[in-house]
Amino acid sequence: MDILLMLVWIVILFVVVMLHVAYATYFERKIIGHMQVRLGPMRIGWHGLLQPIADGIKSFFKEDIIPENADRPTFLAAPIICLVAMMTSLAVLPFARGWVLADIDIGLLFIFAMSSLASYGVVLAGWSSNSKYSFLGGMRSMAQVISYEISMGLSLVGVMLMAGSLNLSAIVEAQGDRFLGMYLMPQCIGFFVFFISMLAETNRVPFDLPEAETELVSGYSTEYSGMRYAIFFMAEYIGMMVMAAIATICFLGGWNGPFAVPFFPPLWFVLKIYLFMFVFIWIRATLPRYRYDQLMGLGWKVLIPLALANIVFTACMKAILT
Amino acid sequence: MEQMAIVDGLRAAFPDEILHSYTNQGQTAVVVRPGRIVDMLRWLRDTDTIRMNHLRSLCGVDNVRRKESGLSRFEVVYNLYSIPLRHEIRVRAEVGDKEPAIDSVVELWAGANWLERETYDLLGIRFNNHPDLRRVLMPDDWVGHPLRKDYPLRGREEWAGMTELLAKVQELDRFGFDPEGHAHSQAIPDEEDEE
Amino acid sequence: MTRPITKSMDIPVADGEGERYSLRMGPQHPATHGVLRVDLELDGETIVECTPQVGYLHRGFEKLAENKTYAQALILTDRLDYIAAMANNVGYCVAVERLLDISVPLRAKYIRTIVAEMSRICSHLLWLATHALDIGAMTVFLYCFREREILLDLFEELCGARLTFSYPRIGGVRQDVTARFIDGLQRFLDIFPSKIEEYETLIDTNRIWLKRTVGIGKVSGEEALALGLTGACLRGSGVDYDVRKHQPYDAYALVDFEVPLGSDGDIYARYRCRMEELHQSARIIQQCIDQLPPGPIAGPDAPDLVMPNKVPARIEAGTNVYGTGLIKLVRDRNLYISGDVYVATEVPKGELGFYFISDGNNRPYRMHIRSPSFIHIGALAAIARGELIADLIANIGSLDVVLGESDR
Repeated sequence: MDILLMLVWIVILFVVVMLHVAYATYFERKIIGHMQVRLGPMRIGWHGLLQPIADGIKSFFKEDIIPENADRPTFLAAPIICLVAMMTSLAVLPFARGWVLADIDIGLLFIFAMSSLASYGVVLAGWSSNSKYSFLGGMRSMAQVISYEISMGLSLVGVMLMAGSLNLSAIVEAQGDRFLGMYLMPQCIGFFVFFISMLAETNRVPFDLPEAETELVSGYSTEYSGMRYAIFFMAEYIGMMVMAAIATICFLGGWNGPFAVPFFPPLWFVLKIYLFMFVFIWIRATLPRYRYDQLMGLGWKVLIPLALANIVFTACMKAILT
Repeated sequence: MEQMAIVDGLRAAFPDEILHSYTNQGQTAVVVRPGRIVDMLRWLRDTDTIRMNHLRSLCGVDNVRRKESGLSRFEVVYNLYSIPLRHEIRVRAEVGDKEPAIDSVVELWAGANWLERETYDLLGIRFNNHPDLRRVLMPDDWVGHPLRKDYPLRGREEWAGMTELLAKVQELDRFGFDPEGHAHSQAIPDEEDEE
Repeated sequence: MTRPITKSMDIPVADGEGERYSLRMGPQHPATHGVLRVDLELDGETIVECTPQVGYLHRGFEKLAENKTYAQALILTDRLDYIAAMANNVGYCVAVERLLDISVPLRAKYIRTIVAEMSRICSHLLWLATHALDIGAMTVFLYCFREREILLDLFEELCGARLTFSYPRIGGVRQDVTARFIDGLQRFLDIFPSKIEEYETLIDTNRIWLKRTVGIGKVSGEEALALGLTGACLRGSGVDYDVRKHQPYDAYALVDFEVPLGSDGDIYARYRCRMEELHQSARIIQQCIDQLPPGPIAGPDAPDLVMPNKVPARIEAGTNVYGTGLIKLVRDRNLYISGDVYVATEVPKGELGFYFISDGNNRPYRMHIRSPSFIHIGALAAIARGELIADLIANIGSLDVVLGESDR
């Protein structure tokens, strides 16, 4: 019975997240459109509201082209690896008190592990496409993810120290429901490092080098088409959501808000995630793209030392205060 | 400096090379032999009172139908300009009738590289000591030099690359690829198109 | 000869240092601005050798022009730099007028200066848009298009075309400007400086933009001269050369403007030069509007503007006549002055020169186009060698090449 209930929950979560992903694209196109003095999608449905559905149907029915010289099994599996890894990390996210599929004690580590796995999908896609643009995109992605995973992990050590747990629900509980309880203020350096690493980890502007369309055509996804291309897209957006959720949980107090919402406890959580999504999009509309070596320099020379300093600082403060 | 004075200076420095000079619409040109063209242009570039440091254009001309008499069939025209001193001059080098060739000026102006390639491509004038004398605008396997006056406007035949491409398209059509498509409407042109 | 249409690629397994591989970028690539192809020899992402290949858009304009009358060949110049067609038209007309000794009324000169500068603004806006997009700043792209649209609407008001105008004619311009055009242009000039500021707020002091542009693609003044760079690419390296100042044509001698100069010769310097040129162009247009004199818009001997009733009944040698039918009658006589000229004009990309040879016929004996884009692409290899792929894209954008002009 428990398993059945769990399955129902999984299906519900899956459907809800997929809808969110679909509408996150709509959200992004609309917002970027308005920032760029245009309207964004307007044709399908009222103000283009059905556009994501149309896009989904279109990509579903498009021909799935596999290059002749591609490494076929890897080529087919790569997008799935991406999507599965990203979807799996959803399981440990606490959307509200008790609203979590798998309340495991190593939640944070689990998410790191999964997002690293997702980068395997990207690297394999780049490798197996047998196209030099894809190859370069995959290589860039690998280097980028390895570098920024470190700074990201280190930036969250401060949070772990303060909360004394890796369990995501416990981290939220440790912050309490007061505004000042949020780790945003005490961990502002950690947040800064985490935020930049988050952009890099999700391949967003200004760190979208693996798919820099003006340099590498479309990076690792150059040779993909139809549904497989859409899967990469979905994985990217789920990745954005997961990262935004971690930021929310670790720094913005998770599901807690100014007042409790009676029938829909995750409301604050969702709003905070969308706040981050908005910032992602805002940055995309504003900033140019880093160069590959500059990106590495930023990661290794600035972010990692900062994160390490933050750990030392937090540990000292904790030792003094207790 | 007056343009004629530049010509006089050039004539003094290279008395055997200058054939004649003239002025048209305020622009002075000097017609020279091709042998010491690099020395002449270097002299024009490096002499302190002249300093023609900007190679404005380099092109070839086919004189075969020109009404003026006494010109060799091909010539290479250098338009020079001095940015610091604001004067210009045109040097026309007569490069002969058959198998025209002249020394390359890439060592003076690196930018002449592509201009000389273009001249070679379109007129078939060879440039000695050029680092990379290949066709630049036309395909590598093009036959003929289109800007020669005896080259017909429409070209003699379809370029081999195009016929290959059309054959390939027709071959692909057999696999049900766009059965009524472009390969049929754009077949290899008929003979009547020839000029 | 067989040419493989698909080519399997062997990605090298890095088993040592300095493993090189080649990458063929273009002719279909989002950032190569048309059909430029660059064959790259790469070591990692560092460019070891860079070979630009052009010619995909070669239409044989020089050959075609030899078979068209002077007036007919004008339309070919529209297709050179199709982003700033008006400036090419003006350049062609100025050159033919010098060749055939045709006078132009003052009003026409002013109108041409206005449209050439509008064209420069259009071109620079499109350059900024695509250059910023190449470096990843996508919003600037649409901001620039917003203002460019106003100018294209004005061009449409002026001559009915938005891209290929053929509006300036040998000896004048085709139609007079309307009051509505002048009003629209004035409104544009009123808002334009604030719009330039808007673009600059997005990128000018942006740290990422600076990191991507400062010190990248450096060309010293001597190198730039040797490579034949002109326009903003040369001025960015600190060489003061602008044809509008050095050999003024049309109304440029009558208006007051400055030539912005850079010093570092890097991408940022070129960017700053072009941004300043936007201000200067607006300034020139403003002065031209204010000074626009009344009078005719075409000279008395403009070859294609003389109405049929003005064509003399008997054609004497040396008369300027337009129309291929009439020319057949007098093929053996000199209709035009024979001789050769090289006339340069400053188009947005650099120095556009026309070298004409006339042998007295109504068609140019030889028309050579010195196109700045062609020479700039030729210089690309020297500039991009040793830098990264991302810099190559930034360099292509910064050189501001248009393949229509390069390939002719």
